[in-house]
Amino acid sequence: MDFEAVIGLETHIELSTVTKMFCGCSTVFGHPPNTQVCPVCLALPGSLPLINRKAVEYTIKVALALNCQIQSFCQFHRKNYFYPDLPKGYQISQYDLPLGRNGYLEINTEDGTRKVRIHRVHMEEDTGKLIHSGLTGRISEAQESAVDFNRCGVPLLEIVTEPDLRTPEEAKIFLSSLRNLLQYLEVSDCNMEEGSLRCDANISVRRGDMDELGTKTEVKNLNSFRFLSRALQYEIERQKKILAKGGVIRQETRHFDATTNRTTSLRSKEMAHDYRYFPEPDLVPLEISDQWVDEGRRSLPELPGAKRLRFMEGYGLPEYDAEALTSSRAMADFFEECAKRYHRPKIISNWLMGDFTSLLNATDTAVERSKVTPEHLTEMLKLIDEGVISGKIAKSVFEEMFNTGRMPREVVEEKGLTQIADEEELARLVAEVIAENEKATGDYREGKGSALGFLVGQVMKKTRGRANPELINRLLRERLGGS
Amino acid sequence: MELWDMKGHQLAEMIEKKEVSVSEVTRSVLDRIRSLEPLLNCYITVLEEESQTLARQIDKYIAQEGHPAPLTGLPMAVKDLICTRGVRTTCGSRILDNYLPVYDATVIQKLKDQRYLPVGKANMDEFAMGSSTENSYYGPTRNPWNTERVPGGSSGGSAAAVAAGEAIVALGSDTGGSIRQPASLCGVVGLKPTYGLVSRYGLVAFASSLDQIGPITRDVQDAAIFLNAIAGHDVMDSTSVKREIPDYTKALVDDVRGLKIGVPQELMVEGVEMKVRDSVNQAIELLVSLGAFCEETSLPYLEHSLSAYYIIAPAEASANLARYDGVKYGHRARGSRNIREMYKKTRSEGFGAEVKRRIMLGTYALSAGYYEAYYGQAQKVRTLIVNDFRQAFQKYDVLVSPTSPTVAFKIGEKVDNPLQMYLSDVCTIPVNLAGIPAISVPCGTSDGLPIGLQIIGRAFDEETILRVAYTFEQYFGFNQSPPLTNPGVQLTEDQKSQVQMSGEGRRR
Ligand SMILES: [Zn+2]
Repeated sequence: MDFEAVIGLETHIELSTVTKMFCGCSTVFGHPPNTQVCPVCLALPGSLPLINRKAVEYTIKVALALNCQIQSFCQFHRKNYFYPDLPKGYQISQYDLPLGRNGYLEINTEDGTRKVRIHRVHMEEDTGKLIHSGLTGRISEAQESAVDFNRCGVPLLEIVTEPDLRTPEEAKIFLSSLRNLLQYLEVSDCNMEEGSLRCDANISVRRGDMDELGTKTEVKNLNSFRFLSRALQYEIERQKKILAKGGVIRQETRHFDATTNRTTSLRSKEMAHDYRYFPEPDLVPLEISDQWVDEGRRSLPELPGAKRLRFMEGYGLPEYDAEALTSSRAMADFFEECAKRYHRPKIISNWLMGDFTSLLNATDTAVERSKVTPEHLTEMLKLIDEGVISGKIAKSVFEEMFNTGRMPREVVEEKGLTQIADEEELARLVAEVIAENEKATGDYREGKGSALGFLVGQVMKKTRGRANPELINRLLRERLGGS
Repeated sequence: MELWDMKGHQLAEMIEKKEVSVSEVTRSVLDRIRSLEPLLNCYITVLEEESQTLARQIDKYIAQEGHPAPLTGLPMAVKDLICTRGVRTTCGSRILDNYLPVYDATVIQKLKDQRYLPVGKANMDEFAMGSSTENSYYGPTRNPWNTERVPGGSSGGSAAAVAAGEAIVALGSDTGGSIRQPASLCGVVGLKPTYGLVSRYGLVAFASSLDQIGPITRDVQDAAIFLNAIAGHDVMDSTSVKREIPDYTKALVDDVRGLKIGVPQELMVEGVEMKVRDSVNQAIELLVSLGAFCEETSLPYLEHSLSAYYIIAPAEASANLARYDGVKYGHRARGSRNIREMYKKTRSEGFGAEVKRRIMLGTYALSAGYYEAYYGQAQKVRTLIVNDFRQAFQKYDVLVSPTSPTVAFKIGEKVDNPLQMYLSDVCTIPVNLAGIPAISVPCGTSDGLPIGLQIIGRAFDEETILRVAYTFEQYFGFNQSPPLTNPGVQLTEDQKSQVQMSGEGRRR
């Protein structure tokens, strides 16, 4: 039987505002526990929330970038439940009047561009963090539990998709496109390790010929791209197996355990919370004026899709390059800085997608923190063009710049990597190589053109890569005569 | 006349003229507290040492700098759900028995700017839920006019303290009548300002959309002076309104000529005692004789006020009180095996019966499947009530009614009958639902128990209700004092035996 999976994602993003959603406390990550708190975020009796204007502006930007309708009248609600990391006993969130709804995000899959519909975008506040002593780290088995309220009250954006995704791969592409978009907007660092981007998924499976959706489960704790696809794969398989045996899927919330790669039942539908939402009486409804929306629209940067097209048209880059370079705003900005200083975009693109990206990945470095700047790269490219270094030498120059941040000319001079431009010296080396490689020279003379490449390589070896391959080529051919 | 028996503005004048020192006034009030507190129980915490130290500092300040502000050095009772930094704030509840706020409420900050003089934190119904001050962990407060009777509530401690001379002025809070009803039952003046006029920051929330802080005083002039000190926009409270604040004492003109007064028949309900009805009618006649135009009117949706209120207020309270979970501050039950048990035991031990009742009511009203039928419907009714008032105020400048349908009832009389108790606020609740201002002024007595006249005004038109109240006060001349305030009164043996309080809380 043919089964199709239906996936919807619910993502939570911590906004990178300087202060919290409803108070003036700092949102900086990594401070000692409970040092970034005040009466408001600790829920001391009598304290009242105040809306962070910046957080609203960020949310407007995100809603616009996701092509949402913006509610001109939106409201905060209280979501009531008890948990020690939730000091008020309710979370201030949005309910039936979220800031944005009915939007979409375009993603590029192997089958082309697809629109994933966005159900809603809303604002809420983060909770604190519980630390349980004991082996399992679970509250039920803890000897003692401590609460750190530093994160409590940090602005959170909730973005919910419609059930438009069909495969774990698509879900991954969606999440990475969303992350890229948010980074473009500079509203969040989307750092999954620090928990500033978190993801839950709704998953159901149906027979290929059915229109209506199957019973869904909600899987929580998908806090890395890896977890997301592993959890989705597991959960889809689990449901398929049950259905194939004629079983029934229970509507429930499941937890993904990264150590076992399995999802386990957390609570059934019957045990689901009744959050008793009601309008937050401590905050007056938020009126989002047209002017405010216009300001948001004007402040939108060029978004990934538009940038990709411009890179193709403006710089003549192939689609593949444009896609890769615009997949992060920092990389795109890096490219454009280079393009201002150096006239061959495709060469820049090759370096960025090749050596630069692999060094970044190998050292787990973000583009913004790289020691190599556009100036480094373009200076180096100019040295190649001037014939000062060979393309091959450039690779090691680049690596040295990447590690030390020194300028290319410096590296080249210090390490004696300047290309040997002295024809006499090269001619001597060419003669040596010819003398040492009778077989290859014989082959070449008999018409085997490929033997020339071998000989060039041998000369390069002697120069430790410091020769201009074109020059060697010419010298060899002159010396060997013929073609 | 004893210092403790004087009006705030009289004392302020004497202090300014250096005829009396703040220390002397304070000592007089503290003596009064010492002699009456065992009987009346107006306070949960008395600041005996602190207030005397502060009084000396203020005297020094006046000697050096001269001009005291209108409230400088006037011994004040602060209802115990207004946060005072470093001074325990219990809300009349075991769950906050030892709670020390780390910050001052905005009103306290403003009063500190005036060099106010708190003498204690006043007793109240737990979390302001009640109309008799019997729902306090620290035992009931007694009415100074008759110590077998309740002082009203929830600001009963504040009202009784002002009536008995245990404070000159007091801060209260009013969610459904909690300033006006006890003021009425204790024969003093109580003003509930427009929602949004006085900052709620630092007022421990009962029902956020209804709560408002206001003064309880001995006369209308003190109420106006007090309002001047606490009104105004506060950035810390987004529901506080940005607007120009007038000098309310300028409204104290004894002239009501040409003023149009409406008398909503829905507030002259059948539960209103005969004597109360008579006094209010006489008050209306007096105002008419002074040149006001007065007629009966109808605000049809007012009769649904109580039902709407007892959904909205508990619903908000059920969320507002969720933070008392034993995790961060306040009472925590011992010996729990897990987090659920800790919540359960902490809240079972920490809250009293009425608070639990309202949390349950509110939780139910917000539950899935019931929300529309209860909370949704109540909000609609609230809108209709707001419209009723809006229409009435197109025709009338103020509306008048009894503040409370009855005079002070006996301690214990209504504790087992919540519905009867809830009816105590039937005349005051509509005002909170509409967010408009109202003041209660004494307008007579019935068998030695005070009766209050409620004057209701347009939103942010405190000036007109102050003017009507002031005029009425000038001509009516209610100058009776509770029997306790007769100089030289000695407690009878009976009264002394009443000292045994039923409350379990430790008073200080
Ligand atoms: Zn804070």
